[in-house]
Order: sequence, then structure tokens, then C-alpha cells
Amino acid sequence: MKHLDEYRDGDTARTVAAAIRREADSSRRYRLMEFCGGHTHTIFRYGIEDLLPPNVEMVHGPGCPVCVLPIGRLDMAIALARRDGVILASYGDMLRVPASRGQSLLKAKADGADVRMVYSSLDAVKLAAANPGRHVVFFAIGFETTTPPTALAIEAASQQGLRNFSVFCNHVLTPPAIGAILDTPAVDGEDAVLIDGFLGPAHVSVVIGSAPYESFAAGYRKPVVISGFEPIDVLQSILMLVRQLNEDRAEVENQYIRAVNRDGNPRAKQAMARVFELRPTFEWRGLGEIPFSALRIRSEYALFDAEHCFDEPYVQSNGTKSCECPAVLRGAKKPTDCKLFGHACTPETPLGSCMVSSEGACAAYYTYGRMRHADARDNAA
Amino acid sequence: MCLAIPVKIIALTRPGMAKVALGGIVKEISVLLIDDPQPGEYVMLHVGFALARIDEAEARRTLDLLADLESAGMDDSPAVHDPDATHQDMAAP
Amino acid sequence: MPPIRSPHTGRIDLTHGAGGRAMQQLIDAVFRPAFDNPILARADDHARFEVPAGRLAMSTDCFVVSPLFFPGGNIGSLAVHGTVNDVAMSGARVLYLTAGFVIEEGFPLADLQRIAHAMGDAARAAGVAIVAGDTKVVERGKADGLFINTTGVGIVPAGIDISGDRARPGDAVLVSGTMGDHGVAIMAHRAGLEFETSIVSDSAALNGLVANIVEIVPTIRVLRDPTRGGLAATLNELCHQSGVGMSLDETAVPVRPEVLGACELLGLDPLNVANEGKLVAIAPATDAARLLDVLRRHPLGRDAAIIGKVIDDPARFVRMSTRIGGERIVAWLAGEQLPRIC
Repeated sequence: MKHLDEYRDGDTARTVAAAIRREADSSRRYRLMEFCGGHTHTIFRYGIEDLLPPNVEMVHGPGCPVCVLPIGRLDMAIALARRDGVILASYGDMLRVPASRGQSLLKAKADGADVRMVYSSLDAVKLAAANPGRHVVFFAIGFETTTPPTALAIEAASQQGLRNFSVFCNHVLTPPAIGAILDTPAVDGEDAVLIDGFLGPAHVSVVIGSAPYESFAAGYRKPVVISGFEPIDVLQSILMLVRQLNEDRAEVENQYIRAVNRDGNPRAKQAMARVFELRPTFEWRGLGEIPFSALRIRSEYALFDAEHCFDEPYVQSNGTKSCECPAVLRGAKKPTDCKLFGHACTPETPLGSCMVSSEGACAAYYTYGRMRHADARDNAA
Repeated sequence: MCLAIPVKIIALTRPGMAKVALGGIVKEISVLLIDDPQPGEYVMLHVGFALARIDEAEARRTLDLLADLESAGMDDSPAVHDPDATHQDMAAP
Repeated sequence: MPPIRSPHTGRIDLTHGAGGRAMQQLIDAVFRPAFDNPILARADDHARFEVPAGRLAMSTDCFVVSPLFFPGGNIGSLAVHGTVNDVAMSGARVLYLTAGFVIEEGFPLADLQRIAHAMGDAARAAGVAIVAGDTKVVERGKADGLFINTTGVGIVPAGIDISGDRARPGDAVLVSGTMGDHGVAIMAHRAGLEFETSIVSDSAALNGLVANIVEIVPTIRVLRDPTRGGLAATLNELCHQSGVGMSLDETAVPVRPEVLGACELLGLDPLNVANEGKLVAIAPATDAARLLDVLRRHPLGRDAAIIGKVIDDPARFVRMSTRIGGERIVAWLAGEQLPRIC
């Protein structure tokens, strides 16, 4: 497969890894945060850390929209699904995520709610056109990558004159979340997160461009390298970060030049601006309230806003005691530092946000990497 | 967080839509977010939408940079430390 | 094929399952000619046959696949292949099948005939006979069109002991061909996921291939067909049954480019995608080359490969070295892997 296989080649990977080992200064540590859950998934799925020198560590960030969605918002989606006459259309990712009272979208479906998995927001619009007697609610989640598709779906529904289609909007924004991580003060005597540099998201950056990260690089003096999703992209980006840190530079560099440019995709940004506006504040599971970090549908499209069409209250849900997700999401702790990890909390029985999606740090580590924990324990014995 | 894959446009179909291919799989997707899409071009596909075209020249440049690393690696550059130590080696205390 | 005299519009109705003349007509017109064998022709409520000496192996399975018709087969051929394979994984010579049908009221007769004939053809090709069966009809909405149950029986040759608990550290792990074909062929036609592909289901009877294995590599320790849950589920099951771990090489697992493409599209791992015509074979390392040769000489094993080995591991992980040289676990998922956007 062109533009994929080349970035998965074993020999090339070993070459880049050798360069990282050669150039990383053994007298210092390099703590690099990959913001995006997709990068976390790549790192664990390919075992990239096995190729890195011990002083280059990856710190796993909160860029997983499934993980950071508050349980209360999922409860609202389930409540909408249970309403008479509603078809709830959702991406596959959300179907099994546990909500309050042991519920989930899949369980609601088993109870008789009409929950349908869709691959694209346009499939949800098609469902509405094909079912005039029912109301289709599209459960929209995702960062800036997934937002333009929702915007276009709303515009398509509007153009088609549909009166039975609305969107339950949970889109969130990347730069405010990066800011929140960098701004994290010390908590209970814990050091604030010490991150030396960032691997920037691949496909969010396709949409928003590389420019929005320049204020972080300059303001916080942290290098950012925007990285593609494939293992060699990640390795090449790590090398670029190591070089920036060695040379005491704090710039935004773009490794993913084949798809990302400085300004992003103007059509995509315009579509987002036409349909959405900023919420003054939004709760992020594990990170708390972050101002101007999420989107809502503009009043011109109120007919397509599920929060306008239906009156579902938002009830905040509290996290599980002993859950270390807030610290894991900011990179202050590892999954194995959490008492619940691998025991009460597993991908099948997730208690916290880091475990609910296959690209959450805890889920990725459990699914792909937990043999390292077992090996270390066995070796120590 | 956002699974996007590189696919090849094989034909424009209805306005704003195109058939794309990956490894022999063919699917119809929206190309509304691409300026003047053409058959033969590669685009990044996410949830049924093309988000950007792939710049072939920049892709070539990336692969060239990687190839350069390979030849640089063959030089006799002095190692700063043991170049073969990895996390795997350090896992056993 | 003799026409069915039905007062209705070529659809199954409740009288066809009521045990009366209408049901007899259905059996005579559809099932008996399709399955066509001397035992069935006796028209008893049971099948009587001589049992050759040896140990019996028996298995049963229910088939609820949707869509009923898919590229490479239908629920009927799948029902024959699936149970033949389960019995064959013991090393047995498969002899007889039974077939039970739960049909939804309103099911098109023409579809039932197609399915029955596919079953007869699949059975004949596998050298087995469908010797007993049952039909019930349920009200509209109580069955997803059609459900089928098949039970199979066979004889295990003397001296053969193939079981999931026999894998030992050092043994070679092989697969008989490409992974994920069946699951992708089905997914391409599922509502909400439609895509075009030339991939067809690999649904096939493996008893002939197994007979060759048993004859030429009698030291074979484990045979299992990785169906729902894919190769990942099967290998994890085997590790747990045998109390061992495995170490695999990602680049050695055969996967068709189209299956890779579909998995990329949907965010799936080919190791979690269903197969219906493949087997996992585990044998002592010294017999690995011979086993690979036996597999590759058979039409259903042309793409066979050695994918790794059994290792000592109290944690019973299935480990895999990735194509870039790192290591990961091949996880045992609780349920089906769902397509993802993230």
C-alpha cells in the first residue's frame, strides 16, 4: 500500500533507531510527550520503545476523544438513544464505553434502544432521509480531524431540508488541551509534569496546520515536531526532537510534510467556522474544566442541534477512588503506577478514561505491552 | 486519535464524491474538502472524507531524508555511548 | 427439482413446520433431493449406520451468520464446512452430519432451496453425508431469516492424539493460509460498512487436508480452526489450554493485501478477523518443514507458513515481534473488535 508500507519498513526503522541511539546524549534524559492517542497506539502496537535508548522516554498524552469525554455526556447520549422514535447513530469507538449505572450504548441496544454503528457522518444523514418517521441523532465525538465531517453532514441535512436529523456535539480542540497540560501546577507535592518536547498530532494538524503550535514552542520553550502515524514517522520525529533538544532549539518542525502544511486545510477550517462556535468552557474527563476547548453548534443550525431539540440534563459523574487517570493523562504517572491497573481496571472492565479506548495509555499498554511488567517482575524475583 | 489512511482516487462520481482504492478495496467517499481532486491522486481518508491530498514531492523528500540517514549510519561516527543499549536491554534489573 | 405445491407466494409459512403433510412435502421437495443419500432416503426419524472401530469424535455448531448469502458461500455451505472442520480438528475421518433448521415465517422458498443445495454440494465435496435433520418454523420476527444447527461425527484413527493441551515449548506453530478473508468478505456487505472488494470467504472443508497431515506427520500435536475471534483468539485459547506461551513473527503471518486494506479502513487487526477455511497446526520443531510441505501441497494450504514457536511462559502470553523489531502482545479480546475512528 503506497504511502503506508514505506513507513513500516523494518530496515529503515532500525536505521532511524540507530541514529537516535547515536545522537541521544547519555548524560541527559529526553521526556517526550506524544499528545495524540493514535501515536500512543502506534508506539505500543509496534513496540517502538524497544528500539529507543533508555534515556529517551515517551510520555503518553490525553489526545484520545473517547478517553476525555465525560461520563455525563455519554449518559446523555444513552438517554437520547432510549427515547421513543430516536435512532442514535454512533462511531464504533463509543459503543462499549461504560457509562453510569453499568450502562453503555450496546447495552441500551440490547434493551431495545435503536443504536446503529456508522462509519461516516454522511451515513447518519442517509439514515434520516431513509427513515422520515424517526429522528436520527448523530453522536459526534473527536478532535479537529473529525469536526469538518460533522459540519458537512449538518450542511448536507440542511440542504436536503431534513427535519429529523440532529447532532449531539462533543467536539473538542487540541491547542487548549496542550496548554492545559503545560500549565498544570504541582499537585499535592507532586512535581508538575516535566516534558521536554511534544510529538504533535498528525491528522489534527492536517486540518489546523502547524501554525497553532508556534505559541507553545515560543511561550514555553518546548520543541514540537508534527509526526505522521506510521512507526517510521514516529521514529523520525523522535530523532528530530532529540536534535532540537541537543541544539537547544524550541521550534515547530513538521515531519509529516506529505500531508501537513503551516496553514492546514482552508475548506475544512471554513466548514468548522460556518457550523460551530466555541463553548466558554467544557469538562474533560481526567483534566477538569478547560475554557474555550470545545465546540457547540451555531444558533443558525439550532434545528440540527440535539441539545436544542431535546431536553437532556447533564449530570456530572465522579471518578473512581484510587483512579490515577488525571496523573496518567498529564504524563505525571505511568499506567503501572496505578493500583487499579490490570486488576479491577482492564479494557473489558475500564474504571477510568485511560482504559476505555484502545488508544488510551492504560489500554494500549495493557493490550500490547503488559508482558514487560510481567517480565520485569519475573526478572526481579 | 484520528485514524486516517492514504487512498488513491480512482474516479470522480457524483458531485463532491469519489471512488477511492486501498489495497484493492474500493469505497465511495466525500471529496468536498479537497480543491479540484483528480483521479490518480492520493488523499488522506478519515471517516468517509478526504481531508488532504498527499504531496508526492514531499513524500519523496521524506523518503530521501530517511535514505540519507542510512548512509550517514555507515560512517565511522564515534558513539556517544553504547549505541546498542535499548530499553529492552535495560528491562532486566 | 420438483416444484412445491404451496397455496402461498413461494414463501415458508407456519404449516411447513407443523409436522403435517406440508412439512413432509417441504422435506421431500427441498431437503431430501439436496442431501441425497441412502440413509436419508429411508425416511426414518433417525439414521442407522455401522460404526467403524475406533474412537468417535463429535461436534455441534449453530450458524446465525448475516447476511445469509455472501461472496464465497452462504449460511448452508458454512454450516457444513464449520462442523466438518470442528470434527476434523481431532484428526478424525468425518462421516456424517445432521442438520436442524429454524426458519422464520415468510422466508423465500427459493432461498431455502439454494441453501439446501449448497449444503448438499458441500457435503458431497467433503465426502460426508447429511443423514438426519429437523425443521421448525417460527413466527415472523423470531428468527433472523434462518438459523441452522449441524452436528457431525467421525472416527479418530488409532494412535492419533491431537488436542489443544498438547503444545510444548519448542514446537513450531503454523497456519494453513491467509488470515481474515471470511470476516472481510462478510463485513463488505454489512449495512453501514459497505465497500467493494474481490475478497471471497475462504469457507471450505478441511478434512482432506487434515487426513494428509495425520498420515504424513503423525507427531502432530494440535489442530484448531481459527473462526470467530480470528487467529488471536485461537492462539490465546491454545496457550491457556496447554499452559505455554508463544513467540510469533509478524512478517511471517500471511494476509492478503485486500484484507490489509479493509483492516486499515476500519481500524481492525487481521489477527482478530474471522476465518472459515484455515487451520492452526502445532508440531515438534523437527517436523515443521515436513508439515509445511504437506500443507503447501494441498489446494487449501498453498499459502501455509511457519509463523512462530511455542515457548515456556507462566503468563501464557502470545508475543509477537513486530515488523520494525519491537515486541507486542497479541491480545485476547473479550468480544468482537469494532471498527474505530480513533
